[in-house]
Amino acid sequence: MVTTAHTHDTHDHGHPTGLKRYLLSTNHKDIGILYLWFAGFAGLVGFLMSLAIRIELQEPGVQFLPFLTGGDLNAAYQLYNSLITGHGLIMIFFMVMPALIGGFGNFFIPIMIGAPDMAFPRMNNISFWLLPPSLMLLILSLFMEGPPGAAGVGGGWTLYPPLSGTTGHPGPAVDLAILSLHIAGISSILGAINFITTILNMRAPGMTIHKMPLFAWSVLVTAFLLLLALPVLAGALTMLLTDRNFGTAFFEPSGGGDPILYQHLFWYFGHPEVYILILPAFGIISHIVSTFCQKPVFGYLGMAYAMVAIGFIGFIVWAHHMFTVGLNVDTKAYFVAATMVIAVPTGVKIFSWIATMWGGSMEFRTPMLWAIGFIFLFTVGGVTGVVLANAGVDTALHDTYYVVAHFHYVLSLGAVFAIFAAFYYWIGKMSGRDYPEWAGKVHFWLTFVGVNLIFFPQHFLGLQGMPRRYVDYADGYSLWHEVSSYGTYITGLGLLWFFGVVAYTLLAGRKAVQNPWGEGATTLEWTLSSPPPFHQFNELPQIK
Amino acid sequence: MTPMAKKNLQAVSIALLALTASGSLAAFAVPLYEIFCQVTGYGGTTQRADAGDHVILDRVMSVRFDGSVDGDLPWKFHPVQNTQTVKVGDTALAFFEATNLSDEPITGSAAFNVTPYKAGLYFSKIACFCFTEQTLQPGETVQMPVTYFIDPDIADDKKLDDVTEITLSYTFFFQGIAEGKGNEIHAGLKTSDMGLGDISGE
Repeated sequence: MVTTAHTHDTHDHGHPTGLKRYLLSTNHKDIGILYLWFAGFAGLVGFLMSLAIRIELQEPGVQFLPFLTGGDLNAAYQLYNSLITGHGLIMIFFMVMPALIGGFGNFFIPIMIGAPDMAFPRMNNISFWLLPPSLMLLILSLFMEGPPGAAGVGGGWTLYPPLSGTTGHPGPAVDLAILSLHIAGISSILGAINFITTILNMRAPGMTIHKMPLFAWSVLVTAFLLLLALPVLAGALTMLLTDRNFGTAFFEPSGGGDPILYQHLFWYFGHPEVYILILPAFGIISHIVSTFCQKPVFGYLGMAYAMVAIGFIGFIVWAHHMFTVGLNVDTKAYFVAATMVIAVPTGVKIFSWIATMWGGSMEFRTPMLWAIGFIFLFTVGGVTGVVLANAGVDTALHDTYYVVAHFHYVLSLGAVFAIFAAFYYWIGKMSGRDYPEWAGKVHFWLTFVGVNLIFFPQHFLGLQGMPRRYVDYADGYSLWHEVSSYGTYITGLGLLWFFGVVAYTLLAGRKAVQNPWGEGATTLEWTLSSPPPFHQFNELPQIK
Repeated sequence: MTPMAKKNLQAVSIALLALTASGSLAAFAVPLYEIFCQVTGYGGTTQRADAGDHVILDRVMSVRFDGSVDGDLPWKFHPVQNTQTVKVGDTALAFFEATNLSDEPITGSAAFNVTPYKAGLYFSKIACFCFTEQTLQPGETVQMPVTYFIDPDIADDKKLDDVTEITLSYTFFFQGIAEGKGNEIHAGLKTSDMGLGDISGE
C-alpha cells in the first residue's frame, strides 16, 4: 500500500466523493472522522440511557420507567437493568474506544509518526464498518426477550452467569449482545494489528521508537493490550453462548462447571480493558499539557515506559474485581499488593504532567482546561482506586456506589475529559475551522460542575451502603441521589452546548491556521495545513 | 516481496503471536482452571487419594455433612449422620441417603466442596458416590457412602490451625432420564466393598 502511494506521486488522482468517499474509504483521516461521528452518536445514545437512569433515581420509588413501559412494573425493573447494561457497553465499546483509538488514533497516529497512511488501509475500512452492525445488534437486544416476559439484557456489562445464562435470561437478547461484542472485538483486533504494524514500520526516517510522540506510544501499548485481552473475552463469551444454546456446561454447576471461571476470564479481559480506555487519553493529555506550557513533556522516557508498565501490570491484577468470591487470604494479599503497584507508574505520569506545568509558560486555552480537569479528576478516581484495592475495605464497598463513583471518575470523567480535550485541541486541524474559544470554556465549566455533582455524592452513597444496579432505594439515600441527578441535567446542558459548538464550528467557524498553538505544539500535524491534504507526506519528513 | 511488505509481515506476525497466546489461554481456560482448583484446593475443592497408611494424629476434627438437591431433580437427599468426629489422618466412612420421588428412573450427579474453602486442600476422598453418576429407579432409596480422611499435612499449615470443623457439602443435579431399566453401578449399594469396619459416627 505504502509503495503504491509513492508511485502515485501526482497531486490530483481523484478520490471518490460524496457517500462513496466514506463508505469505501481507505483514507485514515476519513475513517478517523467516521469513527468520531460514530462515537458521537453512540455517546448520545449512552448519555440518554444514563439520563433515564438518573431521572428514575432522582427520588425513591419507581416512577419514571413505568411511564415508559406503560405502567408495567416488572418490565420497568428489567428496563432499568437493560439501561445500565446498555449504558456501560455502549460507552465502553462504542463511544470511548472508537473516539480515542479509532477516531483520534486513526487521524493523528500516521501524521504524528510522519506516515502517509495506515499500514493496511482496506483493513482499516472494515475495522470501522464492523462497528455499526455491532451497535445495531446491541440496540436490537434491548427489544428482544431477555428474562421471561421482559425485554433486554439486564445482566450488567459484565454479563455474569447464571444471570446471563438460561437461568436468568432464557430469551435471545443475551445472544444478540454476545454477537455484538464478538463483532466489536473483531473490529478492535483488526484495528490493533493495523496500529502495531503502522507504528512499528512506518515511522518517518530518523524517528526512532524513543523519539516517537507519546500519543503513538500510548496507542502502541493499547493495541498490544487489545490483542492480549480481547481473545479471552471472546473465549468467555463463546463459552457463555454455547452454555446458553448448545447444552455445554462451562459455567453450569449442574454439569460440573463453575460460574466463577467466567468471572476470572471476564476480568482477565476486563481489567486491561480499562487501561485500553485510559492509555490513549494519557497520550493525548501529555501533548496538550506540553503544548500549552510551551515545554517538552517532563520525563519523556519515564512517561513512555510508565504506560508499558501499566499495560503489563494490568494483566496480573484482575481478581481485585472478585474479592468477594471466596479467594483465600494469600491470593487476596497478592492481588491487593499487585493492584497498589499500579499506583507507581500512574503516579509517575501524574507527577510528570505536574512537573511539565511547573515553571512552564502556561496558557489556559480550552484544551488545557480539559487537560487539567482530566488530571484532577483522574487523580481523585485513582485515589479511591487505592482505597478499593484493599480487600478488606472492598469487602464492604464491593458493588456499592463507591465503586460506581470510582470508575466514573477515572473513565467517565477521565477518558471523556480527554476526548473533549482532544476535540478542542485538534478540531481546527481536522475540520479547518476554529471553535469559538469562549464557547469551549463555557462547555468545560458546565461539564466540570455537572459531572462532579453527579459523581462526588455517589462516594457518600456508597459509604452509606447504597448498592449499585438497584432501581429503588431507602429514603435515607434520597438527598445525594437527588443532587446526583441535578448534576446529570447540568452535564446534559453541557452536552447540548457541545453539539451547538460542533455545529457552529463546522458551519461558521473561522478558518484555522496551520498551527494555532504556537511554539509548544511540536508534533508533525502542526507542520501540515488545516485540514491536512487528502494525502500527506508524499515526501517523508526527516526527523533530527 | 517488497522490503516494506516483508517488514509488515514481521509486524503482523508479532501481533498474531500475541493474539495466539491469549487465544490459547482462553481455549485452555477450562483444563487450566481445573488444575488450578485441584492444586490449590480453590473454592473448597477436595482432593482424591488412594487408601493407604497415614499418620494418625491426636488432633480431632468435627466433620459436618450437608446434602441438597437442585430444583430440577425430583429426589430427596440428605446425610444419614449430621456430624462425625474424626482423628486427623484416620479414614472414616459416612453415608448419605437418596430417594427417587418420581415414577421414572433418573440419573443425577453431585457437585461438592468443603468449607472453609482453605480446608479443601487437606480433605481427601478415597471413594465417593460423587465420582460417578448415580441412577435411581422410581421410588428407590439408596445409601451412598463416602470414604475420606483429613490429610495429616494439615498440622503443618499454620493457616488451618483455627479449623476445628469442616463441612462437606453435596448438591445433586439432574442429568437425565435413565434409558431402560438396567443400571448396575449402584455405588450406594456396594457398601460391603468399601472394606471399612469402624465408623466413628454420631
